[in-house]
Amino acid sequence: MVATRYETAYQLYPYEKAAGQDLDVVEHHPVVIVGGGPVGLALALDLGKRGTPALVLDDHEGPGQGSKAICFSKRSLDIAHRLGAGQPMVDKGVVWNVGRVFHGDGQLFSFNLQPEEGHRNPAFINLQQPYFEKFLVDAIRQAQANGAPIQIRGKNRVRHIEQDGDITHVQVDTPDGPYQLDADWLIACDGAGSPTRKMMDLTFDGRVFEDNFLIADVRMKADFPTERWFWFHPPFKHSGASALLHKQPDDVWRIDFQLGWDIDRAAELDPDRIRARVDAMLSSQTGTVPDYDLVWTSIYTFQCRRMKNFRHGSVIFAGDAAHQVSPFGARGANSGLQDAENLAWKLDLIVKGQADLSLLDSYAQEREFGADENILNSSRATDFMTPKTEISTIFRNAVLDLAGKYAFARPFVNSGRLSVPCTYDDMPLFTADAMPDAPARSRPGSACPDAPVDDGFLLDLLDGQFTVLAISGDAPSGPALFNVHIPDPSPLLAERYLGAHKQAVYLIRPDQHVIGRWPAYDPDKICAALQRAIGKA
Amino acid sequence: MAVTLTPNITDPDGFYTQLLAAHDGLSIEDSAALNARLILVLANHIGDRSVLTAALKAAKLEDS
Ligand SMILES: Cc1cc2nc3c(=O)[nH]c(=O)nc-3n(C[C@H](O)[C@H](O)[C@H](O)COP(=O)(O)OP(=O)(O)OC[C@H]3O[C@@H](n4cnc5c(N)ncnc54)[C@H](O)[C@@H]3O)c2cc1C
Repeated sequence: MVATRYETAYQLYPYEKAAGQDLDVVEHHPVVIVGGGPVGLALALDLGKRGTPALVLDDHEGPGQGSKAICFSKRSLDIAHRLGAGQPMVDKGVVWNVGRVFHGDGQLFSFNLQPEEGHRNPAFINLQQPYFEKFLVDAIRQAQANGAPIQIRGKNRVRHIEQDGDITHVQVDTPDGPYQLDADWLIACDGAGSPTRKMMDLTFDGRVFEDNFLIADVRMKADFPTERWFWFHPPFKHSGASALLHKQPDDVWRIDFQLGWDIDRAAELDPDRIRARVDAMLSSQTGTVPDYDLVWTSIYTFQCRRMKNFRHGSVIFAGDAAHQVSPFGARGANSGLQDAENLAWKLDLIVKGQADLSLLDSYAQEREFGADENILNSSRATDFMTPKTEISTIFRNAVLDLAGKYAFARPFVNSGRLSVPCTYDDMPLFTADAMPDAPARSRPGSACPDAPVDDGFLLDLLDGQFTVLAISGDAPSGPALFNVHIPDPSPLLAERYLGAHKQAVYLIRPDQHVIGRWPAYDPDKICAALQRAIGKA
Repeated sequence: MAVTLTPNITDPDGFYTQLLAAHDGLSIEDSAALNARLILVLANHIGDRSVLTAALKAAKLEDS
């Protein structure tokens, strides 16, 4: 039996009895991924497209219903685009770049997350997480049709694992009873409650924030702009210490109220009480209460924590299983997708015998660093929104009072610093910057900024392989790598990659992070940097 | 950069009176709020993180 732990939005990978289930031989898989959330699915798709077999086991048959992620960042869309899932996300999603922050009745300021041109993808889209997962599964189906060795098994619950030398024995429950399989690599993408983590008795330490947030997703026709509106001390009744209004597809709006710590959860979830709050908020904007349906409501509390190590031999953790942040900043799913893409190419090389096992330690090191950055940002936002002491409340309110009047105080106001990819500065796989006076945003370690190239975009050319990118100057001729030469860069490409230089050569990882850059093409330096990038230096 | 910890205000008595006068009639909460705003205004004016760090240290009466 496999218990249903939550309602699914739709069935994407219905249970089918696997051929091996009835046999006495134990199936052997190079890569088993536990959990088909956004992270497990993205990882399977990336591996499969590279030709490495990936088996996803999920204990449901589709994405969970209800309010989880809605804000997906540009970096996530860039990753999804490379994997062939990006366009439907952008088409379906609500594109937004602008946020406004209010204090009581007055606006403190507005911000534009992508004030510049020349990127394929917007700074953010809002899209309900089930859609995000569905578009990944659609892309997986497409890739399977083209021969990618990916399997997703629904209603397959991992019940027990046992590490045995290099192999992990996995016991799986299904509606037809249990079966067993063996994995060379087991990737735990099984969410914040990670059963895998618990089975291995590993800790997940961090901070619990003493606050409750009420989410109400409401469906209504309203012509508020597609912006993120955030209130400190909202002027409408019973709305708590802060409130958020944000548009999603299908005329659904996400509303969040910060209720505080000592609340009666059951009473707060009473639909009449929720409606009273929502009425007050909406009528404060329109003067009347519009017609709306409550699509989904829940109360959540949150934590910021991570595992100490993301790699335990041949068991590797990614996404919420490895780290958890508060939703402010939208750093959960977005950072999990960065885990997936960081891991995919490394695991692929290892399964194919083209790199040493130690390459996987760089996954752990880089993504633990990323998690720390996300936890830091998320904790700071949370400390601002939920001050812990009397004096921190005094300073917080001082910032808000000043910010309405003076520009200098606005940068202190923190309602979430929205997810951007981290830069792997000084990490071992990257090569020291040979062009320190070139633009900092494309220095070694950074995720390549997009820029226009002919009728398309630069990131389209960085297609998941090690790439030598020569901008101006001569075409690279050396080692058998994927070479891209852009003889006449657009002004935006030049601004983002050359600065005052006339030409440059970049070496770029499969996950579109810059390995190194040089003022001229030198095959020896490229070779050395490449060796280093796969952990061989 | 170091924070100035030697006399630097020309009319100390005058400034001190002005500072206290700003708090005249305020409740302790309102005074705390005023102080917080004042600190933020001054900190922004200084800007330099090393001076601010040194100032925090000095205010905590820690040895430099
Ligand atoms: C209210 C709220 C708002 C949020 N908003 C945002 C946002 O705007 N942007 C953002 O980026 N993130 C947001 N997040 C976070 C985001 O939802 C998570 O980070 C994301 O779901 C993590 O993905 P995952 O694939 O790691 O794990 P999950 O999505 O949790 O997926 C884990 C999967 O593993 C399966 N599983 C579990 N145990 C087993 C088992 N034993 N066997 C087989 N399968 C198993 C589960 O059924 C599930 O399908 C929000 C979260 C909340 C709660």
